[in-house]
Amino acid sequence: MKVSLFITCLADLMYPEVGESVVRLLHRYGCEVDFPELQTCCGQPAFNSGYQDEAREVARQWIRAFEHSDYVVSPSGSCTGMVHHYYPELFRNEPEWKAKAEALIKKTYEFSQFLVQVLGVTDVGAEFPHKVTYHPSCHAMRLLGVRNEPLQLMEKVKGLKLIDLPNRDECCGFGGTFAVKMADMSEAMVCEKAKNVAETGAEVLVGTDMGCLMNIQGRLNKEGKPVRVMHLAQLLEEGGANR
Amino acid sequence: MSHTAHHGAATDELAKIGSGLKKRTELALGDEFLRKAVAFTTNKLKTGRLKAMDDFGDWETWRERGRAIREHVVSHLDYYLGQFADNVAKAGGHVHFCQTGEDAVRTFLDIARKAEAKLVAKGKSMVSEEIHLNERLKEIGVEAVETDLGEYILQLARETPSHLIIPAIHKNKQQIADLFSEEAGETFPAETKPLADYARRRLRNVFLEADIGLTGCNFGIAESGTITLVSNEGNARMVTTIPKIHVVVMGMERLVPTFADVEVMLNLLARSATGQKLTTYTSFITGPRREGDLDGPEELHVLVLDNGRSAQLGDPQFQPVLHCIRCAACLNVCPVYKHVGGHTYGSVYSGPIGAVLTPLLLQDYKEAGTLAYASSLCGACYEACPVKIPLHDMLVQLRHRKVKLKLTPAAERAAFKTYATAFGNVKVYKMASKAAYWLQQPLLRKGAIRRAPGPLAGWTQSRFLPMVPKRSFRERWADLQRELAQKPSQPAGGKKEERS
Repeated sequence: MKVSLFITCLADLMYPEVGESVVRLLHRYGCEVDFPELQTCCGQPAFNSGYQDEAREVARQWIRAFEHSDYVVSPSGSCTGMVHHYYPELFRNEPEWKAKAEALIKKTYEFSQFLVQVLGVTDVGAEFPHKVTYHPSCHAMRLLGVRNEPLQLMEKVKGLKLIDLPNRDECCGFGGTFAVKMADMSEAMVCEKAKNVAETGAEVLVGTDMGCLMNIQGRLNKEGKPVRVMHLAQLLEEGGANR
Repeated sequence: MSHTAHHGAATDELAKIGSGLKKRTELALGDEFLRKAVAFTTNKLKTGRLKAMDDFGDWETWRERGRAIREHVVSHLDYYLGQFADNVAKAGGHVHFCQTGEDAVRTFLDIARKAEAKLVAKGKSMVSEEIHLNERLKEIGVEAVETDLGEYILQLARETPSHLIIPAIHKNKQQIADLFSEEAGETFPAETKPLADYARRRLRNVFLEADIGLTGCNFGIAESGTITLVSNEGNARMVTTIPKIHVVVMGMERLVPTFADVEVMLNLLARSATGQKLTTYTSFITGPRREGDLDGPEELHVLVLDNGRSAQLGDPQFQPVLHCIRCAACLNVCPVYKHVGGHTYGSVYSGPIGAVLTPLLLQDYKEAGTLAYASSLCGACYEACPVKIPLHDMLVQLRHRKVKLKLTPAAERAAFKTYATAFGNVKVYKMASKAAYWLQQPLLRKGAIRRAPGPLAGWTQSRFLPMVPKRSFRERWADLQRELAQKPSQPAGGKKEERS
């Protein structure tokens, strides 16, 4: 099975190790992973700020990068959600691009969604003897409907003790440019999220989106809270490294 | 936080929906009482809603039915408004179509003058807030008294509602006791019973003495010209039965075709609003008092208000905002609303629905349009909405409208132009990413940026910014491929069919 990695600009530039974990896991399950060089960003930062012309320009680049892919897999529910939920709207007046976008939507998956729904894997044979709490990302849940997949994958990890995060479904306050533009509102939200994470007593906070994790981690670090923050792919790969 | 309690030039700025947003946010975030009170009540309402949905079962089907009813009515609003008006008239009521808030105010003032009214007993009505009716009545010497307990508290405090259904959500018991004590000239303890007893005594006289009873309308039923009102305090029933004149003020979109439809909507409304199966009182009012009736008004007037609503008709992106049934479920799940409360929005309607509705009704994208940024776009509002209004999409479209009208800052426009150039071309993107690595160097302290300049200062005011690593993923790709070439791979165990 041929799979193209959609790394997302954030993971490409800031969290390359997350991409490495995704690729190693997919490789383990027989996927032939390629990395389309043309990819940059999905266009979401501009789209969410109202700059649709600019978003469209970047989205075209994304489509050019992946239009020949069989499957596209990304470590972000938000960027995948952008493609799924907003590309048809973005190209509503350009039938040719819209058709390309719609064809790609059918082949584009968030990482945990791809593992569970397409590869049929829930047990990656990992062991991770730590207390872990999980923050579900808004766009994975609400734009893609990815709710159970990350939990299914974690349930099968030996030694992993999952501690419920209070108000789990509440946004962490990232929201892309929201975190900068409405910094005070965002701060109130991330402070509450970080407080809830710290109160679980978990050693590790796990999530499926580096935007949210960068936000919560940034707060935890500022407060000097010793919680390790990991993408689900990193946890699954690290826990299975010595198999 | 009260808007009417402040005065002066700083207040004028504070009262501006867009320009005052930042300052109002700061004030709200610094108000521990407010934040505790709002978080406590919204959480209670949210939990109640989830339980009520669960107990009811098949929620998505009900929700879709509700959406379909609202879409049908709003898409055929001319027809149903005609039918509704005819049936109100047939039942003996008078319908007044009011294009603007000012038209509605004048119509009401005319009715009040003709009746030589001195006192108006008000049931809860957001539309009357929207048209600022109370102040105008005062100008002609007519006293309007709010009889919904929450609204009454706010009237004493000279404040506006900060929530669609729990208007005084931001007040705690002690603050209410202080207000009542001042009003009554005696000291009340901060306990529910004595406070409620006082309000009951005080408001009973208002019901008995009022010349006009004013209410909103939850649903107008087109097939019969019936006004549907829901309440938990019974005040709506007093207001609509005792005074000689009953005036309804309603938004023009607030219709359903039939009684069968109103059943669906009431099931959705009560559960979404408070987690109740049904509110304590549901009134169906068709026309004024008929011969042989023991009570009821002699005159019934229905003011049907446009005030920016019809401008949304035919707009593919925003017409569904008229589907709203004002349950406030979106406020109760909104993490922004939870932290800053309703007054921060600086408008009559707050929360996600307020952030969308306000600029649209006012047709003001410069000031009111700024509310569209008061959201992290988490989508909790859409998920909670009983009629599936895509509020998160509308917020983005409002931002787009602001951009199209060139109402965003020049620096921001330039930044996104640069973004499009850098991210629209992989060569430029690669150069920019290298530049970012080098540019961050002077800012790094122990592997993170603790204080960033320019627009990123907003980020570092509350969190660290991680450093950009030397090698991006794409620069590591060749190494990774070499590594994997050494490792065996295995096909997945239970491989499933491809998604259709």
